[in-house]
Amino acid sequence: MALQDKYKQLVDTATGSGVANLQVREQDGVLYIDGEAPSGSVKDQLWDIYGKIDPNFLSGDVVMNVNVATAVAGAKAKVTTETSNLNIRKGPGTDQPIVGKAAHNELVTLVSKANDQWWLIRTDDGEEGYAYARYLTPEE
Amino acid sequence: MEKTLFRLLKGTMFVAMAGIWLFSCKPKISDQDIEAKIQSNTALSHLVATVQDGVVTLSGEAKDQADQMDSEAAVKSIEGVKQVINNTTIAPPPPPAPVEIAADDPLTKGIADALKDFPTVKATAADGIITVTGETTAANWRKIKMTLDGLKPKKVDATALKIN
Repeated sequence: MALQDKYKQLVDTATGSGVANLQVREQDGVLYIDGEAPSGSVKDQLWDIYGKIDPNFLSGDVVMNVNVATAVAGAKAKVTTETSNLNIRKGPGTDQPIVGKAAHNELVTLVSKANDQWWLIRTDDGEEGYAYARYLTPEE
Repeated sequence: MEKTLFRLLKGTMFVAMAGIWLFSCKPKISDQDIEAKIQSNTALSHLVATVQDGVVTLSGEAKDQADQMDSEAAVKSIEGVKQVINNTTIAPPPPPAPVEIAADDPLTKGIADALKDFPTVKATAADGIITVTGETTAANWRKIKMTLDGLKPKKVDATALKIN
């Protein structure tokens, strides 16, 4: 239970900010936090608190897998790369051939999720394929 | 006049007597009957009931508080039950499911995808533990750590990572 005390503020915030299906489990010296945040800003807030308790996330005693609940089929997502275009690939993996590109800040449609990292998207031009979820921010 | 009154009184008496007789002869419900009724109710099959002179003692593990109350009410509604002693306990909640840890192969593939845009950072997976080395900025490491945690690793060990 020691880790639950160390990260109490994080767990309390997750509980209080409406994270759905929240699961907090401590196993072999690691605290696993899973759930679905109601928005991207709640997810960011949780990572801010995590970074405050454990600067630069270097202790290795937390695995936090909180997704954003608005990332559902049919939702619009913005391409939030640094500056470059986002690769659209044939399958879910960087080893898959590139079949198209989505521009920085372009709005695309989320078709489905292959997994938490790879989403099947469609651009307004009709290009369809898999893109890396890190560079897609669901519109709220 | 007096005779009529007497007759009326006699008639009333008869009706009253008949009433008492009928009431007292209402068939008595035995403990066995109550027990049989409880046993035929499948909603009560997880509990133990003993019956003594119309008093039912319930014991065993109820699923939750609602089940505890519903079971007591169900027994109370059985004809002939005078009282219910509810000695049931509530079952403890099931233990949480163990944490799902990804195998090393999908972890290795996930790491390759996660680090594609960060060539100064390296990571390997062994027994579910992702070990991160190299160097990067704090902002980039945050993005990487978010992705790595989503791969369902056992642990992300970044003690050897240099943050610039």
